[in-house]
Amino acid sequence: MQTALLTKFIQKNKRADTPAFRSGDTIRVHVKIKEGDKERLQAFEGTVIARHNSGLGETVTVRKVSFGQGVERIFPVNAKVIDHIDVVRTGRVRRSKLYYLRGLKGKAARLRERE
Amino acid sequence: MSPGILGKKIGMTQMFRPDGQVVPVTLLKAGPCMVVQRKTPTTDGYDAVQLGLVENIKEQRLSKPAAGHLKKAGVGGSKFLREFPLVSGDGDFKAGDQVRVDQFKPKDKVDVIGISKGRGFAGLVKRHHFGGGADTHGSMFHRAPGSIGASSFPSRVLPGMRMAGHMGHARVTVRNLEVIEVDTEDNVLVVKGAVPGPNGGYVVVRRAKR
Repeated sequence: MQTALLTKFIQKNKRADTPAFRSGDTIRVHVKIKEGDKERLQAFEGTVIARHNSGLGETVTVRKVSFGQGVERIFPVNAKVIDHIDVVRTGRVRRSKLYYLRGLKGKAARLRERE
Repeated sequence: MSPGILGKKIGMTQMFRPDGQVVPVTLLKAGPCMVVQRKTPTTDGYDAVQLGLVENIKEQRLSKPAAGHLKKAGVGGSKFLREFPLVSGDGDFKAGDQVRVDQFKPKDKVDVIGISKGRGFAGLVKRHHFGGGADTHGSMFHRAPGSIGASSFPSRVLPGMRMAGHMGHARVTVRNLEVIEVDTEDNVLVVKGAVPGPNGGYVVVRRAKR
């Protein structure tokens, strides 16, 4: 009963608009950025290589290669700074943590689309 | 207005404030409680209420004196009883009254009292944050206490010397926690920060003293 109440609290406070995506998928995360008193959106598109934790502290690690340089960002999924997330492409992978992609580049780092 | 409420720790998580700030929170199952006894200056010499956490404990799980004490107030199924001193302005209570979480509202400050997790017989590094010695490079001094005093004078160990021993399982008060949310439907009180004790442990929530 104790844990049931915790689950209920987490469900209630979770963001409802997070789309379903998993490791290997390519997503575009739109982050709210404050500049002075103005707010704009910045998109970060890349492959999901890990999802960490469940509950309200859930994070997603997104990796992309920018000008030949690998860039990874970790986003808190339930945070208010995330405006929205688009799923761009699905990817078929056989594990949940794709850290092996860090050692691959170019053609070797491609992922097949999920049916 | 009740001076406090009894409850159980559910567990910790985090949530986001409207401005986007993340806050660590502890969920407490607070109440419902029943007033088991009303202590008055005329009969007891001081003003207080004794609350009992309603948990539907079977009567055969209680000792006969405890069951009789509850029966006198017309309440049952409670084994966690605690007393709160009453000050003027707290309003009046009589035995059998119910105390629920709606006594609290967000932004209130509360003190939470619990029994900390027991650590057993703990050494100095864990218990008193001693540094200990190096593990390698030929060090033969690892987690031992080192010197505990001088020799022939005073020929004894001074009182209060920090040593290894039983740690935890003690009453701990955390003061001035902010109430973040009150769920009257599930009797859940959400407070900011950590609360002593294991999940499922009993806690006393009282209005912050200062």
